[in-house]
Amino acid sequence: MAGTPLHHAVRWALVAPVILALVLLPVILQAIDQPFYLVPATRILIYAIAATSLNLLVGFGGMVSFGHAAYFGTGAYVTGIAAMHGVQSAWIAWPLAMAVAALAAFLIGLVCLRTGGVSFIMITLAFAQMMYYVFVSMKTYGGEDGLALEARSSLGFELSLKSDTTLYYVSLALTVLTIALLWRIVNSRFGRALQGIRENETRMEAVGFPVFRHKLAAFVIAGAVAGLAGALAANQNDMASPAFLQWHQSGMLLIMVILGGVHSFLGPALGAAVFLLLEEFVGDLTTHWQFYVGAVLVAVVLFAPNGLATLTLRKARG
Amino acid sequence: MDAILLVEQALNGLQFGLMLFLLAAGLTLVFGIMDMINLAHGSLYMVGAYLAATVAAASGSFLVGAAAAIAGTALIGMLLEVTLLRRLYKRDHLHQVLATFGVLLMANEAVRMIWGPEALSLELPAALAGPVEIGGLVYPAFRLVIIAVGIVVAIGLYVLVAHTKLGMLVRAGASNREMARAMGVRVNTIFTVVFGIGAVLCAVAGAMLGPLLAVQVGMGESILILAFVVIVIGGIGSVRGAFVGAVLVGMVDTFGRTLLPMSLRAVLPPQIAGNLGPALASILIYVLMAAVLFWRPQGLFPARG
Amino acid sequence: MAELLAIRGLVKRFGGLAATDGVDLTVTAGELHALIGPNGAGKTTLIHQISGSLRPDAGHIALTGEDITARSMHERVARGLARSFQVTSLFRGFTVLDNLSLAVQARSGSSFRFWAAARNERALFDEAAQLAARVDLQDRLGTPASALAHGEQRRLEIALALATRPRLLLLDEPLAGLGPEESARMVDLIASLRSDGALLLVEHDMEAVFRLADRISVLVAGRIIATGPPDAIRTHDEVRRAYLGDEAVPA
Repeated sequence: MAGTPLHHAVRWALVAPVILALVLLPVILQAIDQPFYLVPATRILIYAIAATSLNLLVGFGGMVSFGHAAYFGTGAYVTGIAAMHGVQSAWIAWPLAMAVAALAAFLIGLVCLRTGGVSFIMITLAFAQMMYYVFVSMKTYGGEDGLALEARSSLGFELSLKSDTTLYYVSLALTVLTIALLWRIVNSRFGRALQGIRENETRMEAVGFPVFRHKLAAFVIAGAVAGLAGALAANQNDMASPAFLQWHQSGMLLIMVILGGVHSFLGPALGAAVFLLLEEFVGDLTTHWQFYVGAVLVAVVLFAPNGLATLTLRKARG
Repeated sequence: MDAILLVEQALNGLQFGLMLFLLAAGLTLVFGIMDMINLAHGSLYMVGAYLAATVAAASGSFLVGAAAAIAGTALIGMLLEVTLLRRLYKRDHLHQVLATFGVLLMANEAVRMIWGPEALSLELPAALAGPVEIGGLVYPAFRLVIIAVGIVVAIGLYVLVAHTKLGMLVRAGASNREMARAMGVRVNTIFTVVFGIGAVLCAVAGAMLGPLLAVQVGMGESILILAFVVIVIGGIGSVRGAFVGAVLVGMVDTFGRTLLPMSLRAVLPPQIAGNLGPALASILIYVLMAAVLFWRPQGLFPARG
Repeated sequence: MAELLAIRGLVKRFGGLAATDGVDLTVTAGELHALIGPNGAGKTTLIHQISGSLRPDAGHIALTGEDITARSMHERVARGLARSFQVTSLFRGFTVLDNLSLAVQARSGSSFRFWAAARNERALFDEAAQLAARVDLQDRLGTPASALAHGEQRRLEIALALATRPRLLLLDEPLAGLGPEESARMVDLIASLRSDGALLLVEHDMEAVFRLADRISVLVAGRIIATGPPDAIRTHDEVRRAYLGDEAVPA
């Protein structure tokens, strides 16, 4: 049954060269004497993970969550708090970050997912704000200044995340791994059911799917993956910043998703790259770059609602 | 905790709640009638405060400033509706969220470009700058005026929605858009007017709260989220729900911030109480929201069955 | 004969109005039971309560003796109760094959499988194709549901309900909006469904009802005023007064 739209195939012709380029990037940057660009490149990878996890909910599940920053930020803070209490091994701290983020998603999801539409959006936003206040009001963990990381997570094997290159490669490996995992999920039975829920929730119940359970599971999975992205972000920034939890962050993630295209699996990763690259370059030109972000956003919604990925789709076929 | 303090906190809570109601009412009407989520609503509140501050400083009169704010914000709001927002009514919620988020970003930067990053000050009218004595309580006169304004507006809105032709048209537009259009009701005009009313309410809240809070970029965002909480608790589309929800949130938040740390300090060691107190106080209204949702996912007074 | 569905004293109020006002109804195994009544009688509300999308305020619903009044919709589907919708409710963006394979997936094992690619499950798609053939949509497998003609959509609607292998099938106005040729086709289809189990058919088309039904129940203002074989209903005084009125009743 090849070609059913519910199955999302990998366009290896596009993806393979990109992965190759990413693997060779540090070498290339070294060759052109611009090693510093590894830092924004790592940032793109981290947000690619977060945006793809959000799209599991938005694009595939039809759940517009405006509170994804909550899990991203929780992952970052758990990493920082663990480091402060002596747990610095990535092998423990990062799964812990994911687990706590997953728990938060579970509890919040239990409440939010009983609603839909406009309510759901507002409630996810409100709960994310709640998480912001929870972390910011804990003075022991930095309060409004954020929590500095005692040390970057340790990996063992004589690898140190203090090296930008090592952090880049670890992020790249995790990005490929998590996106591959999410890709399998989307094409599995669960992924089909999720897309069915997006398409017509009433019908899904009527043919016998326990819809709530599926939505909650997707919510938890997305939250856990965002938590991992947060752990990486904490390492890259050497701190867990309250900004990770703010609703602008949730908004940014949604922007990346729509920029790349909600119905395309790799769209959000592309959106993350485009958005952060623009921020890097346009941000250098003007301090009012947010104005242009807003304008572009409005333009995209009005004129290109399916995002950039569909453009590449047309090009590949044409 | 003595009675005077209790009354003072209650008045503070009422004052805060009523201002929240002004924001929430406009929002919930737009949700309920146009089925649109509008993140730029807080921006109208911000613009209202900025206009009030600027005109009040230039003219020396708070009232002139407030009047200018109301007129200006209403105009901007309706312009926004006609040019951009009305194209979003038929779109799905994701696109509405993103487009209005874009407007929010543009509004923040525009304000920053025009007025600069520094906060503005909005002076209290001289006559109301002092305290008033009621019984044993000494309470700022201006805050009492806020409460009065809030109550008057609430009554006005109730009369408007329940007893006027416009209100009837608004409710008709809400329950069955196609039918209303078929009967010749000019739905587009009504939507613009409803939006304008929402903008006016934002401007009033902005002018009233401007002297108390800081008039600065981003002021709309924290209050917007509170307005969302109010609407979720009260029920989408219900002005009555927005009123009850707003007063509830105002009271719980105000009392929570004073009572909770105090009572925790009485029973827990100071280190823990020092962290836990403020943390719990700030999330109290979200816990309230979660509790209401668990019991009644549609809110307390759902407008739609 | 065995009572497949037993409804006792069902009540549902909206504000002051009792949409369902003490309904008693039974459907026996293997029968085609029609539910008729004037507009506003509360037929769809009753179907909603039987299928589980609405909770009744009072009364009981039992399926093969088991009380399902408190059961959620998907639990009822698992117990063999399925419905089709009066207003077509499909997965509009998916193909006919995907619509049906999704419904088959619901019935055949857990959907909490996250690794294996679903498109490799031949069994799902084979059964989906069979279901499509059952309702004469075998040539439209690759067509998106939104591109189907109205009559084809109504047939897909039925096929989705059939995918769950129900013992009791609730059909909510399956003939709605169909022209004469499509209606005849649908009537034949419904007649062919009798071998699968019992049917509770809500319909306005009196000719179809009197042709197909083993028993007819008449719902007026939330109450069943008569139940019986078509001949008995045709000549029932109260029914004629309340509903059939001047309508030419098929002989």
